[in-house]
Order: sequence, then structure tokens, then C-alpha cells
Amino acid sequence: MVHLKDLADYADQISQCVRCGACQAHCPVYRETLGEGSVARGKIALAASVLAGEIGLEPRLTEELSLCLLCGSCVAKCPNRVETDGIVAALRRRVTDEQGLSTVGRGVAALTGSKPLLRGLVRGAGLLAPLVFKHIPTTSGLRLRFAPAVLRERTLPPIPARNLFDRVPEHSMAAAGRPTIGLFAGCAITYLYPQVGEGLARLLTSFGYGLFLPRSQGCCGMPALSSGNGALLTELAEANLAAFAEGGAETIVTACASCGGALTGHYADLGEDGRGLADRILDIHQFLDREGLIARIAELPGQAERIRVTYHDPCHLRTRGITREPRALLRALPQVDLVEMDEAASCCGLGGTFAATQAELSRRIGDRKAAAIAASGAELVATGCPGCVLQLQDSIDRAGLRVRAVHTLDLVDQALYGGHA
Amino acid sequence: MVDERIVQELARIVGADQVSTDSADRILHAFDATQGRFLPEVVVHATTTDQVSRVVRLAHEHRIPILPRGAGSGFTGGSLPIRGGIVLVLTRMNRILEIDPDNLTATVEPGVVTATLQREVERLGLFYPPDPASREFSTLGGNIAECAGGPRCVKYGVTRDYVLGLEVVTASGEVIHTGGKTMKNVVGYDLTRLFVGSEGTLGIVTRIILRLLPKPEARKTLLVAFASIDGAARAVSAIIRGRIIPATLEFMDASAIDCVRRAMDLDLPDGCRAVLIIEVDGEPAVLEAQAARILEIVEPLGVIETRVAATAEEAEAIWKVRRSVSPSLRRVNPDKFNEDIVVPRSRVPEMIRALEAISAKHKVPIVNFGHAGDGNIHVNVMVDLKEEGMRATVDRVLDEIFRTTVALGGAVSGEHGIGTAKMPFIGLELDPATLATMRAIKQALDPHNIMNPGKIFPEPASNPQN
Repeated sequence: MVHLKDLADYADQISQCVRCGACQAHCPVYRETLGEGSVARGKIALAASVLAGEIGLEPRLTEELSLCLLCGSCVAKCPNRVETDGIVAALRRRVTDEQGLSTVGRGVAALTGSKPLLRGLVRGAGLLAPLVFKHIPTTSGLRLRFAPAVLRERTLPPIPARNLFDRVPEHSMAAAGRPTIGLFAGCAITYLYPQVGEGLARLLTSFGYGLFLPRSQGCCGMPALSSGNGALLTELAEANLAAFAEGGAETIVTACASCGGALTGHYADLGEDGRGLADRILDIHQFLDREGLIARIAELPGQAERIRVTYHDPCHLRTRGITREPRALLRALPQVDLVEMDEAASCCGLGGTFAATQAELSRRIGDRKAAAIAASGAELVATGCPGCVLQLQDSIDRAGLRVRAVHTLDLVDQALYGGHA
Repeated sequence: MVDERIVQELARIVGADQVSTDSADRILHAFDATQGRFLPEVVVHATTTDQVSRVVRLAHEHRIPILPRGAGSGFTGGSLPIRGGIVLVLTRMNRILEIDPDNLTATVEPGVVTATLQREVERLGLFYPPDPASREFSTLGGNIAECAGGPRCVKYGVTRDYVLGLEVVTASGEVIHTGGKTMKNVVGYDLTRLFVGSEGTLGIVTRIILRLLPKPEARKTLLVAFASIDGAARAVSAIIRGRIIPATLEFMDASAIDCVRRAMDLDLPDGCRAVLIIEVDGEPAVLEAQAARILEIVEPLGVIETRVAATAEEAEAIWKVRRSVSPSLRRVNPDKFNEDIVVPRSRVPEMIRALEAISAKHKVPIVNFGHAGDGNIHVNVMVDLKEEGMRATVDRVLDEIFRTTVALGGAVSGEHGIGTAKMPFIGLELDPATLATMRAIKQALDPHNIMNPGKIFPEPASNPQN
């Protein structure tokens, strides 16, 4: 059973905020707005006032609530580790309960709540994608998180005709004595970047691991959390818990930082079953590191001609302390020359439904990132989250740079199996 | 009183979207890093000197309390609107106007974050030394209002030592200019120093000319573990007497060490009851010799282990120990009274002994750490206010701490300011004639008492809004 926390459940957390202001230095949104309502301390002050019955869920408050990427940077840097992301999500659920879903929230619900619809939209759009995807209204669904008005402003990847479930079987047998690993794919890898999931499957099975990719898994619930849709979040979480209850995989890997963040962070808040699943989740970079596979990859003969690659830290890896492993992986790759960029750790600006509700701010945050990528002189920017890949490529395109955004696993696939990175 | 007409006037000056009387915005600007909370009547964002001047003129005409606000990260209530009125937010007035490598100056607006300026000047091989713990988010305007310090002050001095000139909007809305880009300037009174540390009670700083230094080429970090706090305290004076001024000279007492031990796996020898973290900076060739000399000086004072960082990572590991103190304090007790007393360096051992005695007498944990090199000790009285009678105990403890501090020739605040938090203790330190002189200055510059009223000087305070 899944139990969602109410704002009142965070009362103790809220009282732990000492208003020191340290969150100002780490909030990507505050950096743009320089307004107290953008930052954790301000949101917590508002939450305290709501709990005290001093203020209702009025327009100014909901406006400030929309100014959060749920990136968790403030939580990671808070001296008292106050869970501002959880508090904001709980406040957004209160708004939804009282005022109904926003337009963006309804879009999220329609798509992430219905897998056939999502699959159908992707397929239909995929046929037309290379030509006119920018102008197809139905593609709004493909982004999951983007309203049509925002979509028109964005560049998007061509939509593959075959999704991950068309490419990778539900069960792949393990070699004798090797464990079976679960794969939580997530929407972006399933439908937009299935080659990342396919590469991951190739990697694990070639090293002898079994793979379990249950068809009944769905969206991790991050967009639902972000848009304050508690009912949908509960439904999705229960479906995912059920999907991985069987299948013989103890460890479950993700290659989507956001899904991993939701599954390890927010699921742990959903009661005992949620915590049980959260404990089984590993990011793919952690997994490769733990299993000694990064060291194995490092044994490949180095190539003379290397690609200059820089790395972007997804918030949902960085705030879980996963910064070393992806870099170790990139350094191990024979064709990669890793160069650090300035502000590798600053957010790309996508942030759940943020890119839809706060398009202008999201672009400004993205522009900063594009400038740092340009200054690094890299040909590729690699990262561990398909959401970041999407946003980074859009920011890069807007800046007119000749750089491509890729998943780190794309580069692994290229090095090991000659895949196209 | 802020009425609809005033709000409309304000909107005409800064634009309607920069003025708010909405309850959410008032809640968002009602606090700082103290536990105080007072709602302003109206929140205004300004981005130019002209806007600030016109807003203050309006406040002056209508006798409305007004206070400037930067990051709102002060520890003494300096940015709490205790009389309501206008909170004038300057975080968006944040341009670095000039960095002048020939004259070694930077000209900035008050909303620039301290660390942002530091990063910019360091790109050019220059250096802005004041380093309050809040530098990643506090603003230079706020640093000037409180005369912020930091660990590096033992060698480099505090904010006031780096302010060459100011543009200030006075309480009547006039724009005045103090000092300039030159090191030397004796034309008239030194108004620059008057405004530095004035906590927003005399005027609003709208432009700042700061002095810069060449960036030190290298630094070397040492950790020295002592068997007793007394040895560590005497080591501080001994190092200075040895004619070495380290860039930082930080200490942690036994309770601070225990605190960190509980929070993280701390690699310190058993029996270590005090730690000094010492950093020297300058030309690489000189640093080795200085480090060796320091170890030689402290050796006879009960040293049980020394570490000299060979790499940046090792230096970082040493600093991590020091930085872990503050976040781990709450494990001792939920409520923290953080005081920043300062005594002459030579009296640090006596002060520490007195603090230990006060702690034992009242059976209240007191965790001490901070900037031993300049005598500035962060005294953290850790209590649980839910315990009956604890509030009264805390008041007695603080009173004894401040009386001892002053008796030793020290000051009740080294770098946090007075605000409202230290107001009851100002009379312990300043004699009536000195206090009267300060009040006379306040009366002359702000006759209607609209600039951040109710701060520094004890007087009845009330905010009808709360």
C-alpha cells in the first residue's frame, strides 16, 4: 500500500529550517529571479504559514510554488537537510485537491496515466517526426511535460518508430550463476531514447547478467509529483511496485536520473513497500562501478583519435552523491577525452513540469548551461539523464552550437559494440 | 502607515510589478537568520539609486519605517521590519560595475553576492579577502551594513578595511558620496567608516568602491591536535609572537570535536581536546619555512599530532572538519544561541576557561569554535527550550558570558552586529557618554527615525502589524 504524505506530515521538517539562507547559493531558480519566494527558505516560510492557517492557497502562493524544479539541490546543501522538495510536492497536492489540476497537470495525467495513449501517440507521431514534428499538436504528448505552446518553441529529437518494449524482451536469461537485473526504463528512455535502454540491455546481457524489463511498469510518477497529482502518483507507484514484485530481479537499475531520484527519494516516503522498492534501485553508473565493469571497460585499448566530451551532472544524480561514477565511466572509455566544464553541476532547467509552467525561466537556465558547454570546447556533452539530454540539446540548438547531447550509455555502446553515439 | 496612495506612489517609482502588499510577499520578507518574524506592510524591489532615493523620500515625507534587505542572512535581526513599513529589497541591484586592476579597486552595487565578486576578481589574479561563512549567498551591501568578518580577518582585516568609498541615500532621500578610488583621502570626516557597520540605521548604500589585493600565489594548510584547550589557546599567541600572521587561525574546543565525532567519522587521535587549523598564504617558497616554523613554535604546548596538507584534497579534508561543526550542533540540543564575542588575542585562554566554568556551573553545553587568531570566538549555547526554566537559565548564561567578555577587554559582537538580538547587552560595553554620542549621530542623520528603526539602541519597540 502506498501512503502519500500530507503537508501536515512535514510539520517537523518545516520547523527544522533555521532560515539561514544557504539555499540561495544552490537554487537554480533563485539565481534567475533573485526573489525570496523562489528559494527553499521562502517556500518553507509559506508552507509554515499555510499550516498555521495564516494564508490560503492564493494566486501569489501558487505562483511561487510553480517556481521549483524539484531538483533537490537545496536539500543536499541544507545544513539541516530539510526536505523542501517533499514539502513543495505536498503543497502542490494541496493546491490540486482544492483547485483541481492545472492545464499542464491535466496533460501529464492524460499521458502518464494511460500507457496505450502514450504509446499510440508516440507511434503516430514517429511516422511524421522527421518532417514536421514541430508542428504536430499531438506531439505535445510525447514530451510528457510540455504544453503545446511551449513545444512550438523547442527543438525535439525525431521520435523512433519502435519503442524499447519493441526492441528488448521482457526476460533475458542470465548466464549460469549470474543474477538477473531489473530495468526500470522510464518514459523518456522507453519512447524517446530507446537506443539507450537497448544499449544498456546489450551491455548487461553480454556480461552475463539476466535482464527483466516488465511490460507492466509505467511512468515513475515524477511529473505527477511535480504537478501535484497525488491520486495519479499513488496509482503509478502501486503499478510499479507490482511490476517488480516478481521476476526474480533483486537489484533494479535505472539510466534515467529523474526516475532514479523519484524511485529512491519520493518512493521512500510512500510507506514500507515504497521503501522496499527504493532500496533495490541503483543508478546504472553506480551499478557498473560496483560490479567492476568500469574497470573492465578501462582495459580496452585506447584510441588515438578521441572525442572531446564534457559531462553534465543531472540534479537527480548529483544530489544523491553520484558524481564520481559517471566521470570514471567516461574516463574509462577508449574513444573519450573528458574535459570538465564550468558549472557542470548546475541544473539544465528542465525540472519536471517546470519547463512547461515556467518556459522563459527554464530557457534562461538552459542558456547558461549552453554557454558553459561552448566554453569547454567539447564536441559532445554526456549526461546520465534523458531529460537532461533533451533540455541540453534544445539549449545547444538555440545557442547555435555544433555540439550534441548524449547519454553516457550511448558512448559505452559506441565503444563496445560500435553503436552510433 | 502605508495606505493605497503610498502603494500607488511606490508603483510609479519602481513599477507595479516590483511592489507588493500581498500576504505571501509580506511573509517572504518577514524573517532573517534569527528566529524573529515581523511582517512588513509593503515589499519593494529597487534596481537604481534614483529609485532608492525616491522611495526613501516618500518614506521620509510620510514618516514610514524603511529598511534595506539583501540576502536576509544576518544573525542579529538587522533585516527584520520590527515596525512594519517598507522592506526595500536590493538583491536585483547586483551589477559589478568595474574591476580596475590598475587602481586595485572594484565598484559594485549592493546586491552583488560576496562570493560572486570574489570569483570575478580572482579570475584576474586579484583578491577580495573578507570571507564571512555566508559569502556564497550574503550580499556586499549586507556585509557593509554589518561590517562582516570571517576566518581570513586575522591577517587581512574585516569589511571596513576594504571599503574605499560609498554612494549612500540618506534618510531624507539625498544621494551623498563618501571617499573614492584612492587609498588616501582626508577631506572632511570619514563618513565611509561611519556607514560601514551602521546596520541600515543611517542610510542605504547604493554603490560601493572596494579595495582589492593581489591574489596570494599559494596556501598551505595545517592541522594541530592538542591535549588541552589551554595549550591550543596559548599556541595562538605564541604563533603571532613568533611574528607569523597566518591567513586563518581557527580553533575547535573539545565539545566541538565531540560534536563532529558524533556526526561523522572523525580521524583525530584519542585524547585530542582541542584543534587548531592554520593556513598560511603567500609565495610558495616562503610557505614551507613558515609551516615548519609554526610547528616548531607550537610543539612544546601539548601537541599530540600535526598534519600538513600536501595536496588540495588533503587541505579540503582538514577544512571539512572545521566546516562540519555548525551543521552537527543540533545533535547536542535543538535550540542554539550563537554568540560571536571577541576578546584581545592574549585573553583567549582566560575566556575559554571562563566559558567552561559557566557551562559547568549552569549545566548547559557550550560549544566553542571559530576565529581564535583574532580573538573572535563563536560561542554556541546549546539547550532545549522545552525544558522548564531553560529560557531564564539561558539569559543568565548569556549575561555571564558577555560580562566576562567585556571584563577581559572584549566586545559582545565581533562580526554579527547588534540588531535586536544583542541590544540588551550594548550598555555592558558602551558607557553612557559613548552611547549618547552614537544616538546623537543617529538623531542628526535620521531625525524622524525611519531608517531601520528599533535596532542597535534599546528603546520600546512594537509593530502594530503583529
